[in-house]
Amino acid sequence: MPAPLSNSLAGVRAELAAQVALAARQQQALRLIGGGTQAALARADAGQPLDLTVLNGVIAYEPSELVITAGAGTPLARIEAVLAEQQQMLPFEPALADGRATVGGAVAAQRGGPRRWMAGATRDFILGLRLIDGLGRELGFGGQVIKNVAGFDVSRLQAGAWGSLGVITEVSFKVLPCPQAETTLQFQIGQAEALLQVNIWAGQPLPLSAVSWDQGCLRVRLSGVPAALASACRLLGGQALDAVDAQQHWHSLRERTHPFFDGAGTLWRLSVKPTAPVLELPGAVLWEWGGGQRWLRTEAPATLVRAQAVQAGGHAMLVQGGEAGTPVFHPLAPAVRALHQRIKLAVDPGQILNPGTPDFL
Amino acid sequence: MGHNDHSAIHAVGHADDAMLVEALRAVLPADAVLIDEQARRPYESDGLSAYRQMPRVVVLPANEAQVQAVLQVCHRLQVPLVARGHGTGLSGGAMPDQRGVLMSLAKLNRILDIDPLARTARVQPGVRNLAISEAVASHGLYYAPDPSSQIACSIGGNVAENSGGVHCLKYGLTVHNLVRVRALTIDGLVFDAGAEGPDAAGFDLLALLTGSEGLLAVVTEVTVRLLPRPRTVQALLASFDDVEKAGQAVANIIAAGIIPAGLEMMDGPATRAAEAFVHANYPVDAEALLICESDGTAEEVEDESARMRAVLEAAGATEIRYARDEAERLKFWAGRKAAFPAVGRMAPDYYCIDGTIPRRTLGAVLNWMYGRAGELGVQVVNVFHAGDGNLHPLLLFDAAKPGDFERTEILANEILAKCVEVGGTITGEHGVGVEKIDAMCVQFNSDELSIFLGVKAAFDPAGLLNPGKAVPALHRCAELGRMHVHNGQLPHPELPRF
Repeated sequence: MPAPLSNSLAGVRAELAAQVALAARQQQALRLIGGGTQAALARADAGQPLDLTVLNGVIAYEPSELVITAGAGTPLARIEAVLAEQQQMLPFEPALADGRATVGGAVAAQRGGPRRWMAGATRDFILGLRLIDGLGRELGFGGQVIKNVAGFDVSRLQAGAWGSLGVITEVSFKVLPCPQAETTLQFQIGQAEALLQVNIWAGQPLPLSAVSWDQGCLRVRLSGVPAALASACRLLGGQALDAVDAQQHWHSLRERTHPFFDGAGTLWRLSVKPTAPVLELPGAVLWEWGGGQRWLRTEAPATLVRAQAVQAGGHAMLVQGGEAGTPVFHPLAPAVRALHQRIKLAVDPGQILNPGTPDFL
Repeated sequence: MGHNDHSAIHAVGHADDAMLVEALRAVLPADAVLIDEQARRPYESDGLSAYRQMPRVVVLPANEAQVQAVLQVCHRLQVPLVARGHGTGLSGGAMPDQRGVLMSLAKLNRILDIDPLARTARVQPGVRNLAISEAVASHGLYYAPDPSSQIACSIGGNVAENSGGVHCLKYGLTVHNLVRVRALTIDGLVFDAGAEGPDAAGFDLLALLTGSEGLLAVVTEVTVRLLPRPRTVQALLASFDDVEKAGQAVANIIAAGIIPAGLEMMDGPATRAAEAFVHANYPVDAEALLICESDGTAEEVEDESARMRAVLEAAGATEIRYARDEAERLKFWAGRKAAFPAVGRMAPDYYCIDGTIPRRTLGAVLNWMYGRAGELGVQVVNVFHAGDGNLHPLLLFDAAKPGDFERTEILANEILAKCVEVGGTITGEHGVGVEKIDAMCVQFNSDELSIFLGVKAAFDPAGLLNPGKAVPALHRCAELGRMHVHNGQLPHPELPRF
């Protein structure tokens, strides 16, 4: 009889922990690798690779608990498939990257798709996780229940930490039922007007689940009970998009395969206050999340882009291109950076985990 | 950086009283420094009044500059500092330190900015939870987390405890409803955690600070996310003749793809106590009562209530009753919200537990609990957030009767251990504070605790902020390891007992 999955994953975890412990003793830097979909944003040259795709498998899934626990190397596509059998989903709609994107990567890079606007980010659905710290110790934080306030929230702290605060080995996500139905409406409307309109709608009890604007076209996705969608459509107006076209559109944003993301050149991701005015920067813009996530193709200098992002209540990440030496992540004020460095040292005293990533450290 | 040497989480206050008071008076108005015993007395405990301690000094800063100055004084003199809001906490998290300063943030009580288009409100930490919803009601918005103390509790306290409430299954905890906080470390550094955009630069310090029980930083501004108020709300009561059936019904509702706005459970004794207290017209012969609430558009509510009813009937509900109007819906909730004081009339004292368990284990854990309570001769009443699996067993006792509290405490410790054993946690929403600090040793091993201590040291190396709370020092757990063998019967000499 084959050993249960959790036992075999525990064995893999222990092996990885031993590798990290050895690296810690030898002061050997490690480069954590999941599906490799975000390699361009991490410093690819630093450290010895540590392959985490070996942590592959769903460990526990109880639909009535709304919780799924899986190894960090499990492809998100597999998670999606398992959940779909029970009409449930990961509400933050992470990119699947043709089956390459993993559970641990979705946490480390805090990837969220169109539904992140209303449903919440990856971090909002982390209930707990297991990780290996920079000394090679296996640790568990949070749990498998929805409410848990024991200890500092080291689990959610991993979201967007890019593997710098531990090797994530196992994650428990809160999941939600899939909506019964979805409809997408389309409006020909300028950017400033679209930003205003979308945020007015968001302040009303409407079944909104996603929004995007580019090239004078606003698309709004509604999700929920069919009768509620019908009445919301009457209220919002616009033109209903064909179901297949709609599905393709949201998929292309989720996976960043939309034509906007094609080709070389500099690409920025700005996370700003959704109601912030239209950016005063040259180039092309596509926005999602009610205006909170703005993609920008521009050759404007990094300092200008970042200053605009700060003025708009947020920060800017250089996703692609840019001048050599431009930081990927938005730089932190010196005293705040020092605080971040002390947090890093608390978990990884030898600074062996993903050194140089994220580059705000 | 040594990794296991953070046991110095308990700071030692060096300065003598006169030096401390003089330093505080130099940075605060005279009436903001309380030294008379009578003036300090109201601050000796929070909502868990069994744990009391008189602080050396109480300070009442009125703005961020004064908060910063107090922090810098404490940092310079190496004196412990405990910050508090309105003192409604239920875990002793705001109990003063006898060597230190107690800082009330009650005077920072202004709503600074409401942005209806962005659906946010920026407020000072002393603003009451309910006051936010009241202030934004005219925009059709509200702040979702609603701890039962929402009339009185402060938003700063909610941030410190990551407070929940009856609607968090659908709308999340405090951590899900914050946009940004402005905070100060013990050395006076002002920083933002979170941002007005969907995420912030750097680590997710907002998640780290939320629920950190005042150990990492002091919050001076909170920007909360507001939601559109649902157009329609419907509540129903479902009665069961058996708690296990009711527990199964809760799991079945979720499994059917329904996320109710509220899903609360009261057992027979709790139902009868609440009925006698507020006359909510509850069915007093039920062994378990579920309050199920749906909200949203009229269509969503109609669809959801019908599906919920079908699940409840299939699970064996003996009676299902819809609220006929808003007045009756509020009456359903009045009984639930008054359940604690109602139970309080049944015995001179009660002890409230806050463990969370997987929903599927609800029935089994409740029956185990009734069995153990019977063996120990302790009366237990259950009223809780069933949808979240967040138990609030109330253990009744009489502190005046010898042995009564000791039996209660044995049961309390066993219940918390049971919660961990079935895959849950020792605290769902009340926090660890001083009350459950020993139970932390059950839930976390020393390596995990050392990470908490390391994070603490990253913010507050001398351990001045709220010492002795939330995260136990490693040697404490080591000593407790022996204690647990003896079933928790050894009291901790440094903690006051009631």
